[in-house]
Amino acid sequence: MADKRTTEKDVVADLRDGMTIGIGGWGSRRKPMSIIREILRSPLRDLTIVSYGGPDVGMLCAAGKVTKVVYGFVSLDSIPLEPHFRAARQNGTIEAMEVDEGMLQWGLRAAAMRISFLPCRAGLGSSVMDVNPSLKTVRSPYDESEELVAMPALSLDVALIHANRADVRGNGQYLGPDWFFDDLFCMAAGRSFMSCERIVDTADLLKEGSEQTLKINRMMTDGVIEAPGGARFTSCAPDYPRNEELQREYATTPWEEFAPRWLET
Amino acid sequence: MSSAATRAEVCAVACAEAWRGDGEIVASSIGTVPTIGARLAALTFSPDLVLTDGDALMTAEPLPVGAPADAPRVVEGWLPFGKMFDLLWWGRRHVMMGATQVDRFGNQNIACIGPWAKPKAMLLGVRGAPGNTVNHPTSYWVPNHSPRVFVERVDFVSGVGYDRVPAGAAVHEIRVVVSNLGVFDFDTPDHSMRVRSLHPGVTMDEVRAATAFELAVDGHAPETRPPTDDELRLIRDVIDPQSMRDAEVKV
Repeated sequence: MADKRTTEKDVVADLRDGMTIGIGGWGSRRKPMSIIREILRSPLRDLTIVSYGGPDVGMLCAAGKVTKVVYGFVSLDSIPLEPHFRAARQNGTIEAMEVDEGMLQWGLRAAAMRISFLPCRAGLGSSVMDVNPSLKTVRSPYDESEELVAMPALSLDVALIHANRADVRGNGQYLGPDWFFDDLFCMAAGRSFMSCERIVDTADLLKEGSEQTLKINRMMTDGVIEAPGGARFTSCAPDYPRNEELQREYATTPWEEFAPRWLET
Repeated sequence: MSSAATRAEVCAVACAEAWRGDGEIVASSIGTVPTIGARLAALTFSPDLVLTDGDALMTAEPLPVGAPADAPRVVEGWLPFGKMFDLLWWGRRHVMMGATQVDRFGNQNIACIGPWAKPKAMLLGVRGAPGNTVNHPTSYWVPNHSPRVFVERVDFVSGVGYDRVPAGAAVHEIRVVVSNLGVFDFDTPDHSMRVRSLHPGVTMDEVRAATAFELAVDGHAPETRPPTDDELRLIRDVIDPQSMRDAEVKV
């Protein structure tokens, strides 16, 4: 059985300029921040980021790593607006594909199903259709009066996620109330890397949670990183809550001042 | 006898009224006052509403707003984000969202101010507003009624209004807009915004001055119904004992 343990450094060394990278978690919740930190230290650039966005998107924008962001929102939850993402949008330094949250899920699902689109209602009538000229509609072959959005597949080169527990084979476990869309991110991606709070023996996985908590199976992952506290300052229920103080500092400090401290921790 | 209702309490009851008659669906709310409203509706005239803890759990009994994450709760179901999308596409939901801008036909904007390509102010992003408004009833809450919020045209359509309803919508209903000044609906021949009621102490002139487009009015707009003594007790003692409502409605 393959031992998929690796490190943030090795994962990031494998990434290339211009890649499309999907990041799991949601807002400022259970983001793979230790891997993001390693990307920030690297010379990588021109990335396209697909995310239910939080400080992952903000930091990568602030550090000039990003060409394009695909999102439904970018928020720090307890601080509604992400300052660095806002600045990047307002200064016009990034391209954007802004879609409904459900459309984002649908795009990942289409990629996971290896089809080019999935139909949905979300988006119809809204400005999302005006500002994303690549979005097309499709007419139902069963009911000609039904015109729906054809949400294109959001295929990823790489997915990065953070789990509560994992084993060395690459099975991942979620102990909090919501695993968000981490499984879809992995299935939409060519390769996927999972950090986790703790690596445990496979035989011990069910000691902390039921079989329903085993959301990520080893077919979905190519590498596992043991990173205790790896989601900080975002929350990682039930292991730890968001570090609100550090998040506030991040949101109110110019990136040039915050970054050196952040990168050396 | 309770002391007189504050403006925030009137607003909470007006928000609760949005869910009257909704039956067994999820009442989702963004913001403190709408959340008080949803929980009040469930404790009084809409007992079948399904409530959440604002996170991934359905709660059988309303939690106080601002309850800590580890406060005890009776859980009756599980609604992580993936299931929330399933549910809202199924239509069993009525959400009350915020609106940075809302226009005459109920188009709502939470995405950006100024041109989308290079916004003057980037806000949250569209979130789920496009999908909500073509799948199930949607209402809006505006704690600071002003001409910058009630605009002639929104800069970006996040939530779809009555002049843009697509043929493919499963349902399209913008039920009410509740503000700190009154309650507004779209019950007019062309579905333009109408004054349904003014909160006690608010004049029509005040509302007109705070609205950048012409509101429809049927004769003399009635006063928003005041909270009952029982509703005031529930708001003050059960749902919002920390008076978080007063931080959202500053009148």
